Amino acid sequence: MSHVSLLSIHPTLAERLSPWRRELAVLALMMVVAVVLALISPQFLTGQNLQNLARRIGMNGIFAIGLGFVIITGGIDLSVGSLFALLGILQCFFLVDWQVPWWLALPGILASGALLGLGHGLLITRLRLWPFVVTLCGLLIYRGTAQFIAGNNSKGFGNSAGFANIQAWLTGEFAGVPMPFWIMMVVAIVGGVLLHATVFGRHLYAVGHNEEAARHSGIRTHVVITLAYVLCGFTAALSSILFAFDFGGITPSNHGSFYELYGIAAAVVAGCSLRGGQGSVVGIVLGVILIQLIFNSVNLLGWDTSLTFVVMGVVILAGAAADSLLVRPKR
Amino acid sequence: MTTPLVEMTGIVKRFGGVTALHGVDFAISPGEVVGLIGENGAGKSTLMNVLGGLLQPDAGTIRIDGKAAVIRSVAEATAFGIAFVHQELSVFANLDIAGNVFLGREPRRAGVWLDRARMQKDTAPILRRLGLHLDPATPLAHLSLAQRQLVEIAKALSLQARLIIMDEPTSSLTLSESERLRTIIADLARQNHAVVYISHRLHELTACCQRAVVLRDGRGVGHLAGTELTHRNLVRLMVGRDLPTVPTRRLAPPSAGGLSVRGLRTSAWPAHAIDLDLRRGEVLGLAGLVGAGRSEIARAIFGIDHPRAGTLTLDGKPLRIRTPTDAIHAGIALIPEDRKLAGLVVDMSVRENTTLATLPRHTQHGLLQRVSETRATATAITELGIKTASGEVVTAHLSGGNQQKIVLAKWLATQPQVIILDEPTRGVDVGAKQEIYTLMHRLAANGSAVLMISSDMEEVIAQSDRVAVMFEGALAGILTGAQITEEAVMELAVGHVPAEIAASNL
Repeated sequence: MSHVSLLSIHPTLAERLSPWRRELAVLALMMVVAVVLALISPQFLTGQNLQNLARRIGMNGIFAIGLGFVIITGGIDLSVGSLFALLGILQCFFLVDWQVPWWLALPGILASGALLGLGHGLLITRLRLWPFVVTLCGLLIYRGTAQFIAGNNSKGFGNSAGFANIQAWLTGEFAGVPMPFWIMMVVAIVGGVLLHATVFGRHLYAVGHNEEAARHSGIRTHVVITLAYVLCGFTAALSSILFAFDFGGITPSNHGSFYELYGIAAAVVAGCSLRGGQGSVVGIVLGVILIQLIFNSVNLLGWDTSLTFVVMGVVILAGAAADSLLVRPKR
Repeated sequence: MTTPLVEMTGIVKRFGGVTALHGVDFAISPGEVVGLIGENGAGKSTLMNVLGGLLQPDAGTIRIDGKAAVIRSVAEATAFGIAFVHQELSVFANLDIAGNVFLGREPRRAGVWLDRARMQKDTAPILRRLGLHLDPATPLAHLSLAQRQLVEIAKALSLQARLIIMDEPTSSLTLSESERLRTIIADLARQNHAVVYISHRLHELTACCQRAVVLRDGRGVGHLAGTELTHRNLVRLMVGRDLPTVPTRRLAPPSAGGLSVRGLRTSAWPAHAIDLDLRRGEVLGLAGLVGAGRSEIARAIFGIDHPRAGTLTLDGKPLRIRTPTDAIHAGIALIPEDRKLAGLVVDMSVRENTTLATLPRHTQHGLLQRVSETRATATAITELGIKTASGEVVTAHLSGGNQQKIVLAKWLATQPQVIILDEPTRGVDVGAKQEIYTLMHRLAANGSAVLMISSDMEEVIAQSDRVAVMFEGALAGILTGAQITEEAVMELAVGHVPAEIAASNL
């Protein structure tokens, strides 16, 4: 290798594609599942099933993108599912019990999510606690609080007096596509630009790969990490509002249980590394679609729903193993 | 002569396309202390890693007691009686002495329970042999670095090692501890152990070895014994020529401005206040032993660590630096000691690393401009002669020298007024080293203040316009012009103040 000309600085097509191999693999797998499902299950391609699928992809995709930001910094957020229960209960209190107007209540929910994310971020960066520990405690505290303030009862939205329109709008469709899917698209585009085309995004990756080197390069690593948790809390609150309206009520003991794991699984299956520094918004969205397709196929094929977790686990494990065996044997 | 204990012949080792050893011969007999020297990257560690079972040679033979042997793992090396005392100590501070000595082969009772009593009983006589008068049950956390080193040697002895390889054993020891170690090595030799002594400190080699083997660029270039074993001969063989006697030095006029450090107390050495002037237009070398507090000063200036006290002024204007971001805004750059930990994000590309400290400059309306980044990277690659297939190559795949150039490129982009280089050529090949020196002097000539922290004596002597030397957290002295000699630097570094220097400054 001698001196490099300006020309060869520009990457080849293969070089441009190779970082996207995980995303491409998930895309391929997703298509295979979809085609097989379309062939064996006549219900798959019905409008109602596709709308349902899109709705679930939307609601799960929004928070998975925020969670992906946290995973890219090398962190984790286990509290999301419990946050859904807590914020969902709050939503019921605000709108039904206290009759707060929706245009105040819903932004209030979003702010609460962001604020709890800020708390996680500060505990992790200022007190130097492990993200796993902080958000595990969040998981316990938020779930327990939700159960406590609801008196361990389910809460619903009653007759939706005063917010029926907004609930209908958020759970409805636009141009035939469910609103949550549109919202996810907006979040994905904003998130994608933020992650892949701004200084903040580059700093997120740098911090995820090597926090010490990032700090030595003048990056305010604490601010970057904290912001990732704030964004995670915010997107979780957005998902939470949609889930609450969609379900029409909250059972605090199990509402949102395990959802954080679906988000983590979606991020990991399409290229986020739990060690940090890797992943893309496109990959996370593809991961969410794949996981929802798996849920959908278990339903449509009439398998025992308890097999859902098994199928999901096997697919993710197989993906990780294939990546490790086929693509990285160089060491 | 008797059969050598170990005889290595024609050892070849390649790493990818790079040949680290081109057919090296090495032999040692029982009772011998043989020095192994060479510059960084000359192949000393590679050769000994082959002997220690950590690396497999691509060609060549190893004979032990005259019989051909293949050493496939550390366990097999141990079985042959070869023990390796590594530069970075591999002892565990959470265990006691006996626990370290018997780590991985702990005697057990009833097959399950640790037999602590036996471990301690067996460890005690070995410690006595090494003159380490400590209870085997002492936690390692209570021991000094030198004592921990002896625990490593105790471990080697308890393994019945006949050959002990010591890689830079004195790099973190004080002078008296080093002398103590030398007596122990002599004792080991008398008891018929063979010792391979790897060191950069030439006077130690001449003092404690009977023979020395010199490597350069992966080849054995010489073999010195008896009266030939002199400092001058060693240097000549190591670098392949006689060193230029006295380099020409610049001396910036004292009024030239620069960074003034006053009363700096680092948290590692709070008892010592440091005053230091980094003048524009000169390279100030900062020498001293490992752990003397040099990097701590750099980290405090750059805002990585928070000093206990002290003020900084740049060209007379006070600076307030609490984070690296503040330091960068003030025009300070730090090329850190540990390249892979702090210098580079090794999993990111050449481009992403080159622009990491100057990203806002490559944005428009808040969005990163790839073209602008690529152009800046291409310029850096050409200007610094970085050898890479493209700007998109992940830096982990590049050599140490090229990685260091990328770190430099990142900091040159910030147009620093003050640039601190901590061990800038560690693990860098000879060619790239020279390029880094040239760059450093160009920065100084263009009016930056350059601080070069280095443990490489040749580098300190040849590249500095002035040399500040630290000893145990304090500034031991500053050498200028003809005062800059290896002897003077070494004396100050071990806490002796040469009379003429004591009189002439501070």
